[in-house]
Order: sequence, then C-alpha cells, then structure tokens
Amino acid sequence: MRCGDFKTSYAADMTIFESNSARIMLGLFLCLLFTVPLYTPGYVLDIANRIGIAVIGAVGLNILTGFTGQISLGNAAFMAIGAFSSGYLGTRFGLPFFLCIPLAGLMTAFFGMFVGIPSLRIKGLYLAMATLAAHFIVEFLVVKWESVTGGVAGLSIPPPKLGSFAFDTDARLFFLIFVIAIMAVLFAKNLFRTKVGKAFIAIRDQAISAEVMGVNILKYKLLSFGISSFYVGVAGALVAYQAKIISPETFPITVAIDYLGMIIIGGLGSILGSIYGAVFITLLPELLRLSTSALAGPFPLLVAKLAAMKELVFGIFVVVFILFEPHGLAARWHRIRNYWKIYPF
Amino acid sequence: MDMTFLLQLLINGLVVGCIYSLVATGFVIIYKATSALNLAQGEFLMVGAYICLDLMTRHNIPFFQSFLITLAFSAVLGLIIERVILRPLIGSHLISVIMVTLGLSSILKALVQLAYGTDTIPFPEVFPPEPVQIGPIPVSQGYLYAIGCVTLLVTLLTLFFKYSKTGVAMRATASNQQVSLSMGISVKKMFALSWAISAIVSAVGGILLGTIRGGIDMSLSFMGLKVLPVVILGGLDSILGAIVGGVIIGVLENLSGGYVDPFVGGGAKEVAPYIALILILMFKPYGLFGKKKIERV
Repeated sequence: MRCGDFKTSYAADMTIFESNSARIMLGLFLCLLFTVPLYTPGYVLDIANRIGIAVIGAVGLNILTGFTGQISLGNAAFMAIGAFSSGYLGTRFGLPFFLCIPLAGLMTAFFGMFVGIPSLRIKGLYLAMATLAAHFIVEFLVVKWESVTGGVAGLSIPPPKLGSFAFDTDARLFFLIFVIAIMAVLFAKNLFRTKVGKAFIAIRDQAISAEVMGVNILKYKLLSFGISSFYVGVAGALVAYQAKIISPETFPITVAIDYLGMIIIGGLGSILGSIYGAVFITLLPELLRLSTSALAGPFPLLVAKLAAMKELVFGIFVVVFILFEPHGLAARWHRIRNYWKIYPF
Repeated sequence: MDMTFLLQLLINGLVVGCIYSLVATGFVIIYKATSALNLAQGEFLMVGAYICLDLMTRHNIPFFQSFLITLAFSAVLGLIIERVILRPLIGSHLISVIMVTLGLSSILKALVQLAYGTDTIPFPEVFPPEPVQIGPIPVSQGYLYAIGCVTLLVTLLTLFFKYSKTGVAMRATASNQQVSLSMGISVKKMFALSWAISAIVSAVGGILLGTIRGGIDMSLSFMGLKVLPVVILGGLDSILGAIVGGVIIGVLENLSGGYVDPFVGGGAKEVAPYIALILILMFKPYGLFGKKKIERV
C-alpha cells in the first residue's frame, strides 16, 4: 500500500502521471468525453462548450496570476481582443479558422505583453489597477473603432469551416473546442516542467531571489503575460465562434471577475484547479436556473431575481473559499483522495 | 457663451470631484490602516444611498434623521465586514484580499438588487430646487450643499486624525503596527474603526450623489472603480492626495466630457480617468503625495 511520497529521482517527481492506472483513467475519461455529443441534447452541449472555453481562459489566467503572481483584471479585455481580431481576420480577409485562432492568440499576446511592460515598475495592487484601466480603455476602443469591430452593433461571425465541413452545430463545435482545450491543458502542464515555468514560479515566490539566481525578470514576466494572453485570446476567438455575434457587451468587466473567481475557487497555481474552477463557475448559473425553475411554483418571484441570485451565490462562494479553502477545490480534492488512499489509517 | 460653458463644466467637475474625494478618503483610510485594497467601496456608497432612500420613502422619516440612521447602519456594516471577512485574512496574499473585496462587492450588489430591483428610483427632493446665481451662471443649491457637506466632513476627519486620541492611535497603527501594539494600542480595534469610518464616509457620498442626481440605481457602484484613478493620482496612502486627486479627476472628467466627447461621439468622459491612471502609473507611480517605497526588482 502507498502511504507516502517515495520519489527517488527528479524525473519521478516531475512526471505528469504518477502511475499507469492514472494514465489509463485519463485515457478512458477522454474517450468518454468525446462520445458526449452523440447522446446529449444541444442545451447541455452548449454548456459543455462554454466549459471548454472557460477551461482555456482559466488556465491562461492561472499561468499569469496563480503561477507568476501577477494580478490581472484585464482578462475580459484580452478576450475581447482575441474575439474581435479573429472575427475581423475571418470576415474581412476570409482566413480559415485554423489561422484565425492562433493569429488572434498572437495578437492578444502582443497586447498582453504591452500591458505587462509596466509590471516591471509596478506590482501587486498597482498592476491590478493598471489592468483594470486597460480593460476600460479597450472597451472604449472596441465601441469606437467601428470599421474593425462593428461598434455597438457588433460583428457577426460565420461558423469555422474546414473545406466544405462547417462547425456550425454545438456538437461539431464541441470537438473543435475540446481538442484545443486539451492541447492547452497539456501545454500548460508541461510548461511547468520546463525552465520557463520554474522561472515563473520563482518570480511569484520571491522576485528578488529569482533575479539573484539568474532569472531575467523582464523577460519572464513579459513571457508570462504573453503566454497567458495567448490562451485568453484563443478563448476569446472561440467565444466568438460559439456566440456567432459579438459586441462590446459580450465582454464586460464581470467576465474578468468570473475568471478570477474560477482560479480562486479552483486553486491558484494549479492547472487541475483551473479546470475544476472553470467547470464550477460555468455550471453555477445553470444549476441555479434549474433549482429556481423547480421552485418557481411556490416562489414565482425567484425567476425574476435570477441574475441577482447568481451574483449573490458567486460572491458567497468566492468569499467562503478564500476564508476557508484558500488553495481551492484542487487542494480539497487532493486531501479527499489522500484520505481514501490510506483509508483505515 | 464659451466661458459660461467652461465654468459650468468646472463647477460640475468640482461637485462630482468632491464626492470622488470623499469616497477616495474612505478608500485611503482603509488602505493606510490595513493595507487592504477595498474594491467594494462603491457598493458601500450604493448601500448607503439605498438605505437612506428607503428610510425616507417607506418609513417617512425626515431627511436629517434618516441620514443619521444611515450613517449608524453603515458603521455597523463596516464593523461586521471587517470582523467576519477581512480580519481572518490579515497577512494573507494580496490576491486573496483583492478577490475577497470583489466577492463582497458581488454580494452587496446582489442584495441591493434583490431588495430594490434594477430600476432607477427617484430620490426625494431634499434641497430647494431653485438655482442660485453665481456670477453669470446658475448653480443648483444641491451642489452648494454637497460641496459644503464634503468640506465639513473632511475638516472633521482632519481634526479627528490630528487631535483626538483615537485618531492619533489610528495614525500610529498606519505608520507601524508593531510599535503601536507595544504602546498599548489595539491594532484590531483600529482596523475595525477604519472600516467603519470608511463605510460612513462612502455612505455620505452616496446620499449626496442621490440628492444631486435626483435618482439612484445600480450604476452607483461604479463609483468604486472611478475612485481608483483618484487614489492613484493622489497617492494611495495620502488623505490630502485623495482630496486633491478627487477634484482633479472630477474636473478632468467633465472637461473631457464637454470638449472631447463631441469629436468622438461620447464615451470620452468615462474613459478619461483611466487613461490618466495609466499615465500616472507610468510617470509618477506613487502619485502626488504618496509615500515612496523604494524596492528594485
């Protein structure tokens, strides 16, 4: 029976899968995941797609905030940049989606690195404010730059096409989104086994010591902003494909707060945590909607108050998690798993 | 004609700026004492305005009494929030503190929305509606009362911090917690007190804003975000900075609303403070009066 950490080599400590059974379980899970569109209705698939997009965005934000320790409230703006650049490239130049999505990611990465430049002089709460200001400025530009973004009316996005095959239903989009999401998670997971990822963590834990040990702070902070924004930009591009019409109102500041909530509830500095958080926060309003419609008989007023209820529950969860489980769902899951692993003891 | 327009903009800016100053003062008091960034400041303001309105319209209590009850309520709200939510987080990571105040702002916003809905509710007339002529331009009396009220409150706060024993103790806590602890000051009490004062000050801002606008809705909570450029301009830990910064940002906002908006078709008024914020962070990150912390990384 395993009742402790018996790793004897660096490679064993760094491995993604602790055992073959974990590898098999994950494989089975992925196989199951890709059969989901076969037997689920469109509504559930729509939620699943949103979860997939949220996973990409939350992993991206966690790279910056959870692993590198740079707070960003500009996530919604980054998403907007990804969505509108992908939409513009697709509609104006007719580029196919497999070029649009990475180009949107690159565009967002450049913008993110630009926003990240002040992070060298300012940090912590100043950075939070700078990114917040960036959000409002981007929002303003999106509304005003009508030739590119369509202004208040927005931009309508044709479905992504591969030859004559169009990803025009929720089921088809599901495959596109989840293939990208799995690649994103794998890349992030591996990123933190490399020098770059370790440099990020060193900057988070002690920036001065990191610099003394030879980590180039400028380079790695900007790199972190770049990688994180790339993820968020890709998520934004996918939002555009899923929503079909995007306008400045698609990306309000609450989106940024939702994403921060995801990584707080899931667990800062944990890839798995970002996934849990994304699933949790995306499902939260749906569960609320289900429970309110079930209670609509005796309490008809509840349905009208749904938006407020959602906000209330979100706030309560964030506060409760920070107070009682600051390491998030990922840590809680670890504890439960370890408890059962060594059960009778 | 042009001159009157400019003066009108300046006066509007001054009044809004005064309220910014007030809310920013509340923000700075919390930041100075507990080094927590309170992103729920705008919600304190909104809650204050709604409570006062509720007392006046539903319970028919005269303005002055409802005003006082609202202040008492805000103080208690501040104390409870500090005790239940912020105190367990003392010393924890900045992200947690920022996020917890964001969560708090969600909760307060949702509660107000559940209780009062999202429609604009008219605020009963408190000050006489006839404008007063100052030179060539008419100024509504509410504006003058607002400026007077803010001046009075800020003076009281200054005196409190300068001369009263508690005020001095609060300043001591802000400057060095360990030393103040060893001098017999209860740091916990000072933290609680700073949240209470901050909530009171914001509630006053909310009520004044309600009387000036003549109606309140959920958008009041955005004032909390508007205050960030103000405190950055003034310096995060300076009350004087908050006051000066508030007026400057208020005037800047109205000037850009008056002169830039016609060219870009609206929206410049809302975004100008944030552009200012970025510029200040780039060129003078500690603001006009902030304490410089030298740490090179």
